[in-house]
Amino acid sequence: MTTDPTTAAGASEGAPAPTPAERLRRPLVGERSDAAARVSFVLVAFLLIVVAPASLSAFRLDLLAKYLVFAIVAVGIALAWGRGGMLVLGQGLFFGLGGYAMAMHLQLADTPDGQQPMFMSLTGATDLPGLWEPFRSPVFALGMVVLLPMAVAALLGLLIFRSRVRGPYFAILTQALAAAFVILLVGQQNYTGGTNGLTVMTFFGLDLADEGDKRTLYFVIVGILAAVFLLARQLVRSRYGRLLVAVRDGEDRVRFLGYSPTTVKVVAFSVAAGFAGIAGALFVPVVGIISPTSLGVVPSIEMLIWVAVGGRLSLVGAIAGAVLVNWAKTEFSEAVPTGWLYLQGALFILVVAFAPRGLAGAFDWLREQRERLRERRPSAKRTTAEEGA
Amino acid sequence: MEQLLSQVFVGLSIGSILLLVALGLTFTFGQMGVINMAHGEFIMAGAYTTYVVQQALGDGAVSTAFLLSLPVALVVAGTMGLALEVLLIRRLYDRPLDTLLVTWGVALVLQQAARDIFGAQNVEVKSPSWLNGGTELLGVGVAYNRLFIMGLAVVTTAGAWYVVSRMKQGRRMRAVMQNRQLAAASGIGTTSVDRRTFFLGSGLAGVAGVAITQLGSVGPTLGQSYIVDAFLVVIAGGLGKLRGAVIAAVVLGLCNSLIEYWTEASLAKVIVFVLIVAFLQVRPQGIVAQQTRGLA
Repeated sequence: MTTDPTTAAGASEGAPAPTPAERLRRPLVGERSDAAARVSFVLVAFLLIVVAPASLSAFRLDLLAKYLVFAIVAVGIALAWGRGGMLVLGQGLFFGLGGYAMAMHLQLADTPDGQQPMFMSLTGATDLPGLWEPFRSPVFALGMVVLLPMAVAALLGLLIFRSRVRGPYFAILTQALAAAFVILLVGQQNYTGGTNGLTVMTFFGLDLADEGDKRTLYFVIVGILAAVFLLARQLVRSRYGRLLVAVRDGEDRVRFLGYSPTTVKVVAFSVAAGFAGIAGALFVPVVGIISPTSLGVVPSIEMLIWVAVGGRLSLVGAIAGAVLVNWAKTEFSEAVPTGWLYLQGALFILVVAFAPRGLAGAFDWLREQRERLRERRPSAKRTTAEEGA
Repeated sequence: MEQLLSQVFVGLSIGSILLLVALGLTFTFGQMGVINMAHGEFIMAGAYTTYVVQQALGDGAVSTAFLLSLPVALVVAGTMGLALEVLLIRRLYDRPLDTLLVTWGVALVLQQAARDIFGAQNVEVKSPSWLNGGTELLGVGVAYNRLFIMGLAVVTTAGAWYVVSRMKQGRRMRAVMQNRQLAAASGIGTTSVDRRTFFLGSGLAGVAGVAITQLGSVGPTLGQSYIVDAFLVVIAGGLGKLRGAVIAAVVLGLCNSLIEYWTEASLAKVIVFVLIVAFLQVRPQGIVAQQTRGLA
C-alpha cells in the first residue's frame, strides 16, 4: 500500500551520499542561511513600515492591510499543511470564530449605554442574548479571539487524529465543519446577525472612518504579522518542527519511535487555528464587517491557493502568496470582472499539479542550480562542504 | 405520529438524494482514492443537460426529454470525468491531497463556464406532468417527484451493484482496488479500468443531476450545495462500499430530518456533523469496513 521511502531517498549518482548526520544538519528545503534571512526580513519590514504607507493611497493601504491579515492565516496554513501535511480545508471556521468574537465586542463597545447593539435592530429581538454579555469585557473578547479557535481545533484534532483519520478524510471533515458553521451562523440570526453579519465602527478607540486611525491599524497589523511569522519560524526550526515534518513523511515510524503523532498534529492544527482566529479578529476592523460569506467552504479553500502559490513549505512563501494572489484578485477583478474565477481555477490546477512547491520552490530551484554550478568548480568544493556543516 | 411519519418520509427523501449524489463518489473516491471536488460540477452538468435536451425537443415532449436526458447526462458527465482523469488526475494518483485542490480548480472553471454559457440566472427545467402532484401513503402526503427520486436512487444503486459484483468489469474494478500491483500482474489493464471506473462514477453524478432538476431551478453553483454532504456519506459509509453508502445516506437523511423536527435546520446540520465525528471514534473505517492488515 505505502511506497517504500528508502527507495525514494536513494543517493544521487556520482556524488557521495551525505551521511544521515550531515543531512540532519543541512537546512531543510525552504530555509535560508540566517544572515540572508535577517537581511530580507529587515528589507521587507522597511518596505511595509516606511515605503508602503508613504507611497500608497489610503484606499490601497487599506487593501494591503487586508492582504496582510490574510497572510496571517496563510502562515498558519503553511505550518499545518506544508510542514504537517494536514490539508486544512476549514480555516474559515477559525477565522470566523476569531472575527465574530472581536465583532461582538466591538459592536457592544460601539453601542451607547442603554441602547441596543446594531444587529438586534435588524432581527427585532429585545433582550441582549446571554451569550453576548461576557464579550463586553475587552480582555475576555481578546482572549476568545485566540483561545476559542485553538480550543475547537484541539478538540476536533484530538478526536480525528486519535482515531487515525487522516489525509483526505481529515480535509473533508474540516470542510464539512466550516460548512456547518456557516449554516449555524445564518440560522441563529438572533445571536449572530444572520447573513448580514456584524458591522463595526471603532476599534479600541480608533475611528475606522478616519484615515489616520486606519493607518495606525495598518501598523498594528504589520506588527502582529511579524510576531506571528517569528513565532511560526521558531516552531518550524525547533525540535518540534522537525518532529512535525517527520510525522508528515512517516507517521507510523514516528509512532514506533515512541512519540505521539496525535499530539504533534493537534499542536500544529491548533496553532494554525489560533493564527486564523487572530486574522479574523483583525479582518473585522479592516473591512468593517464580518459576515458568513467570508467564512464558508469557498473562502476556506481559497486560503489554500494563496499558500500553494507562494510555496507550502515556506512561511515567507505563504505570506508572499497571500499578498500576491489577493492583489492579483483585486486588480484582475477590476479589469475583467468574470475572468478571475477562470484565473483562480487555472492557478489551482497549474500550481498544484505542476509546481507543488510554488514560488518559494522556484527560488529554491534557482539556488540549487547556482550551488550545483559552484560545486562543479573544484576550487569551490571545499567551501561548500564547510558551509553545509 | 403522522408528523413523525412525514418526517421519516422527508428523511428518506433526503437520504435518497444523498445516495444518488454519493453513489458516483463511492466509485471515484472509494474505489480509486481520488477526491474529485469537481463531482458537484458533474452533477450541475447533468442538470444543465436536462435543460438543453428539453430546449432542443421543445415543449411538446417534456416527458420524453426528461427520460432521454438520463442516459445523455450519464454520457456527458462521464465523458467530462474521463477527460479529467486522462488530462489531470492520472498524474496525481500518489498525491491525493493535491488532487483535491486541482479538481477544485477544475470545479471553479466549470462553474464560471456554466455562468458564461447559460447565464448567471438560474434556469427552470419543466417537470413531466406525471411528476406533478402527489398522493397519500399511510396518511402522509407524498409528492410524486420525491417518490421518483427514491425510485431512481434504488434503480441506480441496484445497477451499480450489478456492475460491481456481477460483471467482469466490476470484478476487475474490485481487483484493482484491493491490490493494484497484483491485479496488474494478473493481466488486468489497470489504466483502462481506472478510466472506466472514473467514467462510471462521473456519469452517475450526471444522472443525479437530472433528478435534482425536479427539486428546484438549475444554477451554476448547484453542485456546491451537495458536494460536502456527499463526501460525508462516503466517509461515514466506508470506502468503496455500496452497502455502506446506502446505509450512511439513509441514516444521515433520517438524522437530518428528525433532528430538524426536534430543533431546527441550522442546529441539525451541526448535530449531524458531531454525530459523524463521534461515530468515527468508534469506527474510523466507516460503517462497512474493508478488511485490511495495513497500517492505514
